[in-house]
Amino acid sequence: MLTETIGVVGAGVMGCGLSQTLAQTGHRVVLVDKSDGVLEKAKQEIRAGVRTAALLGKRKDLDPERILGAIELTTDRERLSEVGFLVENVTEDWEIKKEVYEAIDRICPPRCVFAVNTSCISITKVGAVTRRPSQVIGMHFMNPVPLKATVEVIRGFHTSEETIATARSFLAGMGKQAIVVNDFPGFVSNRVLMPMVNEAAMLVQDGVAPAEDIDRLFKQCFGHKMGPLETADLIGLDTILKSIVVLHESFGDSKYRPCPLLVKMVDAGLLGRKSGRGFYTYATEVR
Amino acid sequence: MDRKDRIRAFIQQSFKDYAIRDDEDIFSVGFVNSLFAMQLVRFIEGEFQITVENEDLDIDNFRTIDFISRLVERKTAAVVS
Repeated sequence: MLTETIGVVGAGVMGCGLSQTLAQTGHRVVLVDKSDGVLEKAKQEIRAGVRTAALLGKRKDLDPERILGAIELTTDRERLSEVGFLVENVTEDWEIKKEVYEAIDRICPPRCVFAVNTSCISITKVGAVTRRPSQVIGMHFMNPVPLKATVEVIRGFHTSEETIATARSFLAGMGKQAIVVNDFPGFVSNRVLMPMVNEAAMLVQDGVAPAEDIDRLFKQCFGHKMGPLETADLIGLDTILKSIVVLHESFGDSKYRPCPLLVKMVDAGLLGRKSGRGFYTYATEVR
Repeated sequence: MDRKDRIRAFIQQSFKDYAIRDDEDIFSVGFVNSLFAMQLVRFIEGEFQITVENEDLDIDNFRTIDFISRLVERKTAAVVS
């Protein structure tokens, strides 16, 4: 376990899950985001996350306030000046990520490793905008972070063996295992998952089968825990669309063309679980 | 609607045409996974104006409509007294 404070940039769903997991495993965290509004929401998200962990993991000892006490939520990036390891989780948009890396490269100590939490951005490209490309590594965390035991770790072109070792011990310290793969568009998981989800959406579009039956075939015949369309709803259809577009642009191969139904659903605000409706409709939550 | 009906109505939204029994393990039928448990917690807290404390945050308290109803009963009794 790293004894140094961990920096987490971006307090969306992933940043919250990550900060929570780190705090639950005894780390101190500085969680940075641009707006106070997002940080306020993050506090609630982390509280709810700790309760979920207590609920599912039979961990009555987990106290939301104590966990929050280990996390400093701030809009001030300069607070990252002493972190020993940093995980960045901002929006999967190159211009946004680029600006963040140029800034944190100036702020963070030279020894600090940067882990890019991404499912589609090139780790090599991120490394190139910093002065420490050998200390930049990809970490594709799965949602919900506290419940997923394995992380797809991506070795960029210049990522050093030492950085990989540091990343492994960082993940071990939060109870997770690393599977290291090379940097290439979509890495392993998204390159297979996204076209599969996209094609499943085409099946719905073409009226071949309803979503339930498509998912049941995968669950009951192949032993998948969730079908492709349930998975899509969990990830968020906007994220799915972005990922498939990135694959399409990266390979220039028409097999990654986005399904028109998927585009239409995103335009209509049907984003999956988070919006209450996607391929399925979800029980309305009381807030 | 009595307490059980309100709980059942919420759960039923995720179970389509399947009629869930009050003593049936909702997580064993295959319509919802364990993540639904937290939605349930938030639902009963909002619906019945109670707080589920850490000591009751155990998935076993949320397995059946009967169990959930009993928990709500205990919590609302605590609020009244």
